[in-house]
Amino acid sequence: MITAGCDVGSLTAKAVIMQNNEIMASAVSLAKRSPEESAREVMDMAIKTAALTMKDLAYCVGTGYGRKHVSFVNSIESEITCHARGAVWQAPTVRTVIDIGGQDAKAISVDESGAVTRFIYNDKCASGTGRFLEIIAEALEIRLDDLGDISSKSTKRITLSNQCVVFAETEIISLVNDGAEIPDIIHALHNAVANRAAALAKSIAVGGDVVMTGGVARNTGMFESLKNAMGVNLIRVKNPQINGAIGAALMAMDSLTGGETTAASRKEEVPA
Amino acid sequence: MIVAGCDVGSLTSKAVIMKDGKIIESMIIKSKAKPGDSADEVMRQAVSRAGLTMEDISYCVGTGYGRDRISFVNEALTEIACHGRGAQWLIPSARTVIDIGGQDCKAMRLDEKGNMVKFTANDKCASGTGRFLEVMARVLHVELSDLGQMSSTSKSPINLASACTVWAQADVIQHLNNGVPVADIAAGINSAMAARMSIIVNNIGFERDVVMTGGVAKNSGVVSALEKLLGLRIKRVTKSDPQLAGAIGAALYAQDKSKGGNA
Repeated sequence: MITAGCDVGSLTAKAVIMQNNEIMASAVSLAKRSPEESAREVMDMAIKTAALTMKDLAYCVGTGYGRKHVSFVNSIESEITCHARGAVWQAPTVRTVIDIGGQDAKAISVDESGAVTRFIYNDKCASGTGRFLEIIAEALEIRLDDLGDISSKSTKRITLSNQCVVFAETEIISLVNDGAEIPDIIHALHNAVANRAAALAKSIAVGGDVVMTGGVARNTGMFESLKNAMGVNLIRVKNPQINGAIGAALMAMDSLTGGETTAASRKEEVPA
Repeated sequence: MIVAGCDVGSLTSKAVIMKDGKIIESMIIKSKAKPGDSADEVMRQAVSRAGLTMEDISYCVGTGYGRDRISFVNEALTEIACHGRGAQWLIPSARTVIDIGGQDCKAMRLDEKGNMVKFTANDKCASGTGRFLEVMARVLHVELSDLGQMSSTSKSPINLASACTVWAQADVIQHLNNGVPVADIAAGINSAMAARMSIIVNNIGFERDVVMTGGVAKNSGVVSALEKLLGLRIKRVTKSDPQLAGAIGAALYAQDKSKGGNA
């Protein structure tokens, strides 16, 4: 039985195709003008990789902020539910999920089955979201994907005094003009985003192992900063960016089998 | 006796020269990268327009966020002190003063003597500060000074759902792409600004008369939107430019000092 999950985010769209509790194929693409277009493109990519056609998909679940605009899915689920489910499938010991997305940040408490027990999210303020990283990367003319490598070269600790993205951008430009080193600035930026995300997570009880999901988790500098800000063992999962889509594909499987595929049946945990 | 006040803000720098309690010259310039340079430049222009030299100024008080980096002042005082004093001079009946700076929003309550009795400010978030409007004017490709009057020509103002400047900017761009008239977007921006300000004002609890100072006081769209939200009429500053309130307050303190009175 083949199922799929499609996570249409603000910056990227993700698709995962699963069979027998295993990932057959996955794809990530940059968001297009419409969520529908983004979803179709990323799903086509995944299907091609798996050498399938849409007809082979028994059930498809959509999630992410654009989920209501995707016509080909059988049902939709909230991002919170999918991220929780995906995280526990990827790392069964996880009880807290921190997901930093392009336009929001979420902290989720989960039980051993991957069900949500509590969650909180910030989509009101750009600080603490991936957008903060994006805006600064743009201002400094650095590729978003290079931020992690750059921050690893930091030798001097700087702390940003502003929390607001708009004010921090000005502060960073002043730092550059005053001769501060870019790696030190990027490291400070990662700490600023991490501190905000950690404050959000700590506002709900943080228990058990903590995992960071979302595309921002691929940024190694961000991962280290969040680990320090949380002061706990942060677990690195193999596929942080497609975590929501994995969750969606698992929910698709549930819809067909009428129950949950056991999260514990999968143990793929890579300690940080 | 000639005294001066110099208010070095993040966006603009202001200088006021007073003689015997009357403003004889004033100047507003865009702030430079270094506060010290902004102060030198705005004071140089004001002094030269007044046909004076720096030697003619018997006492000068500096204020604003760059106040500690002004070389020529005799003394530096906080913005709160100067804004309260300036507002009370502009409108003696002022009991609540809302001052919008380039990167903050302050609300203060004054007693009959102009002493500050309560104060609150937001300088953590760009929303509700001058920076919000500055960012929006840039997105709309309009002058900051034109943004206010655009509200009056709007037929159906947009509703900006996001308070965050970053998200609101994305919303505005989307409205522009959808072909929404610029006046309707501007009106929505002014209303969003007023809504954020009203939170601060309600927080401190306002008492009449309510006065607005700072450059945003000249934005008629924001002022009338705020009046609607607060349900009262905001006293208009006519005696001088409301943007000069801080510099006026500084000059008044300078006058006290040069007279030998206490500030």
